[in-house]
Amino acid sequence: MLTSLWQGKTLPVLVVCAIIAVFWYLGSIWLNADMQRMLFENNGQASYTTAELIEGTLSQEKPKLPTPGQILAELNKTVLETAPTSKRSLVYHGSVTISATLLGFLIGSMLGMGLAILVVHIKSLDRSLMPWVVASQTIPIIALAPMIVVIMNQFEVTGLIPKAVIAAYLSFFPVTVGMVKGLRSPDPLQLDLMRTYSASQWQTFLKLRVPASVPYLFTSLKVGVAASLVGTVVAELTKSEDGGFGARLLGGSYYGQTIQIWAALFAAAACAWVLVSLVGVVDRVVTKAMGARP
Amino acid sequence: MSHPVIEASHLSLTFETNDGPVHALSDVSLDIQKGEFVSLIGPSGCGKTTLLRVIADLEQPSEGEININGMSPHEARLKRAYGYVFQAPALYPWRTIGKNIALPLEIMGYSKVEQAERVRKGLDLVNLTGFEKKFPWQLSGGMQQRASIARALSFDPDLLLMDEPFGALDEIVRDKLNEQLLRLWEMTQKTVVFVTHSIPEAVFLSTKIVVMSPRPGKIHDIITCDFPRDRTLDIRETPEFIDVANRVRQGLREGHSYVD
Ligand SMILES: Nc1ncnc2c1ncn2[C@@H]1O[C@H](COP(=O)(O)OP(=O)(O)O)[C@@H](O)[C@H]1O
Ligand SMILES: [Mg+2]
Repeated sequence: MLTSLWQGKTLPVLVVCAIIAVFWYLGSIWLNADMQRMLFENNGQASYTTAELIEGTLSQEKPKLPTPGQILAELNKTVLETAPTSKRSLVYHGSVTISATLLGFLIGSMLGMGLAILVVHIKSLDRSLMPWVVASQTIPIIALAPMIVVIMNQFEVTGLIPKAVIAAYLSFFPVTVGMVKGLRSPDPLQLDLMRTYSASQWQTFLKLRVPASVPYLFTSLKVGVAASLVGTVVAELTKSEDGGFGARLLGGSYYGQTIQIWAALFAAAACAWVLVSLVGVVDRVVTKAMGARP
Repeated sequence: MSHPVIEASHLSLTFETNDGPVHALSDVSLDIQKGEFVSLIGPSGCGKTTLLRVIADLEQPSEGEININGMSPHEARLKRAYGYVFQAPALYPWRTIGKNIALPLEIMGYSKVEQAERVRKGLDLVNLTGFEKKFPWQLSGGMQQRASIARALSFDPDLLLMDEPFGALDEIVRDKLNEQLLRLWEMTQKTVVFVTHSIPEAVFLSTKIVVMSPRPGKIHDIITCDFPRDRTLDIRETPEFIDVANRVRQGLREGHSYVD
């Protein structure tokens, strides 16, 4: 029984979670202790037991490091107990973030695939375009995002689109790189075979390069969808009036609401996990239909 | 007057590599008439694959002239003059066996009905009926190679270029496929250029055996054998067969003599 649990993923994951939780609580006590001593002092409570001190550190309103329990309680409150239409609901903010993420991911992966096709088929573009694609990713997105938002606002493009553009900006890169690699993955023998049939470039593309690129594509789509979410959150830090996880992070840090920040972080991470898993499911279905060894 | 199917004169091909030039072919002249079955035999590295690839327009000769059906190899390739069986099966892993056999048919624009019919015939020919829906990894290496032969035959080319197609197969399967290939050649009047390492295989199948020697790759000897077209494997026991086999062996030894 126990061994079978060890062989599965569940028990190891649970054990690791438990270890993290223990260290987290220790960290909370350690980081919040100073503040707690000050709180006791301000309340005129001169003497207190260690137990009281520890209890205090674990239940502050604006702790330096909230405990996992506090974060879970906040998540419970803002996800389950608040109406999804309310601006206090993380479901509401989540849907704002996810819609921009998905739109950006769609644009980014289309752009990435298109660029990859061009780069693979036009030799001069490989040398002229790829350096720019790489250079585009060396600009810190946190610096670029406000400019994109401001410029687009100038043209009265607001709301979802500027955020999706930033998400696309981050996600097209891994898709381009992965897809270029995938489209170039057929070995010389597979290409020679096409030559013996005097297949056109288009036929070689459709019947060889595209199917060969699929595994590479899915790997980069997984990276791309996570990058999209990061891009959207960064954009929301710039443009917080529309809501979203980024807006929650900003609002939380503005008012020192550390619990709210951590809850938003966890919710964003959970969304990224779900999105990556969804791409993974599609990946498995497609590769199975394409005859991958189980 | 009809052209020879393959007309090569004074072909040379030098690969420029980091370790200096490799003379893969040197002054190779060879005519192959319609309906001939020509085997290329020789130690590895003597340019058998390279010669086949030059015929197929997959490699350009550095010197010399070659014509396929009176055309340049390039024109012949565009006209889909030949079917090529590579040393490795080279099946596309994302296609089922049936779809792999249909690949050239799809590219050449055969109708769906015609494709299905030809795939069925091809599977039958190489004894793979029932494996149509399987993916390549589900088949043994020998079965994969047979599928690749069916693929090369699917569009019925008049010229077959085969690079050690049975090299990876065990003796029994090899014998059987040798007989099948001979029957196919006998029935269809195809021209075959066949690379092999095996002397008995070459002697059994061929009307002409080209013995090659390495460094630089060149033709050492050309041996004709004129066994009846409807021969069977039993012929391997006859003195005539053993005689030809010995001549081939002799030729291979001489080609190798630089070793001593
Ligand atoms: N693409 C290539 N680049 C460089 N050298 C090559 C290439 N293809 C073949 N060769 C060399 O040419 C020679 C003949 O090779 P090959 O025709 O494959 O011989 P065989 O098929 O008779 O074993 C070998 O020495 C081989 O290393
Ligand atoms: Mg070879």
